[in-house]
Amino acid sequence: MAGTSVLGVFAHVDTTLQAIRELRAKGYPDLTVYTPVPVEEIEEEIEHIRPLSKVRFFTLIGALTGTTTGFFLTIWTSLKWDLITGGKAPVSIPPFIIIGFELTILFGGLATLLALLVLGRLPRLRPSPTYDPRFTLDRFGVAVACPAERAQAVSALLSAAGAEEVRR
Amino acid sequence: MSAPVQTREVTWADVNRDVIRTVGMPGNTYFFWMTVIALTLACGVAAWTYQIYIGMGAAGKRTPQMWAMYITTFVFWIGIGHAGTLISAVLYLFRAKWRTSIYRGAEAMTIFAVMTAGLFPLIHAGRMWFAYWLMPYPNQRYLWPNFKSPLVWDVFAISTYMTISIVFFLVGLIPDIAALRDSATGIKKKIYTVMALGWEGSDTQWKHYRRAYGLFAALATPLVLSVHSVVSFDFAMALVPGWHSTLFAPFFVDGAIFSGFAMVLILILPMRYYFNWYAYITDRHLDAMAKLILVTGLVLTYFYVCEVFVAWYSGDHFERASVFAKATKQYAWAYWMMYFSNCVTPLIFLWKKARTNVTILYVVSIFVLIGMWLERFNIIVPGLAHDFYPYTWGTYYPTITDSTIIVGSFAWFFLLFMGFIRVMPSLSIVEVKEVLPHPLKHGHAVPHGGGH
Repeated sequence: MAGTSVLGVFAHVDTTLQAIRELRAKGYPDLTVYTPVPVEEIEEEIEHIRPLSKVRFFTLIGALTGTTTGFFLTIWTSLKWDLITGGKAPVSIPPFIIIGFELTILFGGLATLLALLVLGRLPRLRPSPTYDPRFTLDRFGVAVACPAERAQAVSALLSAAGAEEVRR
Repeated sequence: MSAPVQTREVTWADVNRDVIRTVGMPGNTYFFWMTVIALTLACGVAAWTYQIYIGMGAAGKRTPQMWAMYITTFVFWIGIGHAGTLISAVLYLFRAKWRTSIYRGAEAMTIFAVMTAGLFPLIHAGRMWFAYWLMPYPNQRYLWPNFKSPLVWDVFAISTYMTISIVFFLVGLIPDIAALRDSATGIKKKIYTVMALGWEGSDTQWKHYRRAYGLFAALATPLVLSVHSVVSFDFAMALVPGWHSTLFAPFFVDGAIFSGFAMVLILILPMRYYFNWYAYITDRHLDAMAKLILVTGLVLTYFYVCEVFVAWYSGDHFERASVFAKATKQYAWAYWMMYFSNCVTPLIFLWKKARTNVTILYVVSIFVLIGMWLERFNIIVPGLAHDFYPYTWGTYYPTITDSTIIVGSFAWFFLLFMGFIRVMPSLSIVEVKEVLPHPLKHGHAVPHGGGH
């Protein structure tokens, strides 16, 4: 069964939504929706067929690593190179909280960046075959991956929903 | 410079066109200003070279005035670098929609201001080639930085702030660079293709992007508040009269936001004029920024009053003497000029018409910047000029060398900013489109989020 993909280009949010709803109802789960800006309604619709973003787990792990590193670095080095002043203990937690906090944010932020690149599959070396430059301007795209023999039906569905252009 | 009347609604295609046309080969006026800036910067570099050769004496640094104008200007630039991340992170979390038109310029300002500020510890370190000693790395002598020192906290706070701000800024740029890529041709297209990382605006990309952006904002918000607090600890942890105060952290953060917004106005108003962005940066935006300047200015006034009150109420002889010396001795001009610039001039924004009058906004912003520079000067120079014992008192005299370096730092900042606005979209294409009414075939277009 040879697979193909059909792309519908839309000019409006409501027609795009309409097409996504109908495609889901007809049982085409393999959709890619291109939008110039994030649109809440479309995102909500897509959420039914996509798992939630896992970026936050990366952030959490990164942030906790940062906290640990910050405290480890400061405590370990002040034990290793103990500058005793006034007979006080070399490990003094209050100033180390600042280093711990800064590294929490730093590592958390860098882990979030990493997550964006890994999960969003960036950088992408070649444009996907269904991409169109108008998708960064003012057009929406719905690309449907389907078996070749159903391409005709998908095209008809996209046109009926209000696509201004359908191509295979 | 009055705004042309908007006759029709702005469409998404208009946004792309109006932003993308600002990227590209500039005209003669631009090159004229860039030449002036480059020459000023060259003077600054020459002065720094001279200072490295001669030593810190060339900069007028003598006991007790070892910090003088360098640390003043350092804190000033860090403060300027506050508004950008405040606008992009804090206002993002509060869903303040007016941020969309100004946040890109403000973020660029933040990064360039922090890059300018970052030069000063190097300039100010007598032997700048040992500056890397501040970084914690294992070495043979186990000579680790002292993590109990506020100066080391500063290194961590500022390098974290700079890294996170740059990441936040670049992530925000990716979809916009993709838009540039799709309209460019030739070599420019190739460069933007690489920089856009293959962004396509697919639903998966947006999903992770939005989640990541929200998390960046959540991480950057406490960071914004912490950075200037940590900078204030450089002073507050010391015992110098006038410095040793628990008031310093909120006082510094507020002042930073105050001066940051003034700098945003100074950069945004000419951009709006030259790029003809009246449709995007409207009176509403100016009004909102002026209100923020007014509020932070009033809070600052409150802190000034507190500072004097605490000095009097503490009964501490040295605190009282320090405030008295600031207000009446050799630096009284700076003290009263600061009060006038920071407490009196912003009050004009109580008047509604002033908040949208470009000339008034510009003049007040310049006053605010002068006032905020003087505020840091008043903390550092008169503070050190008059501490505990008369035999350590001393007046600081600026030299041509350090003044030239400071003027050069402004040139460095404007060089970076002016360069940026011609190669990158300095108005966020995506976010401006997001708040415009979304195109609908049936029914009325509503601004995004308006119906929720």
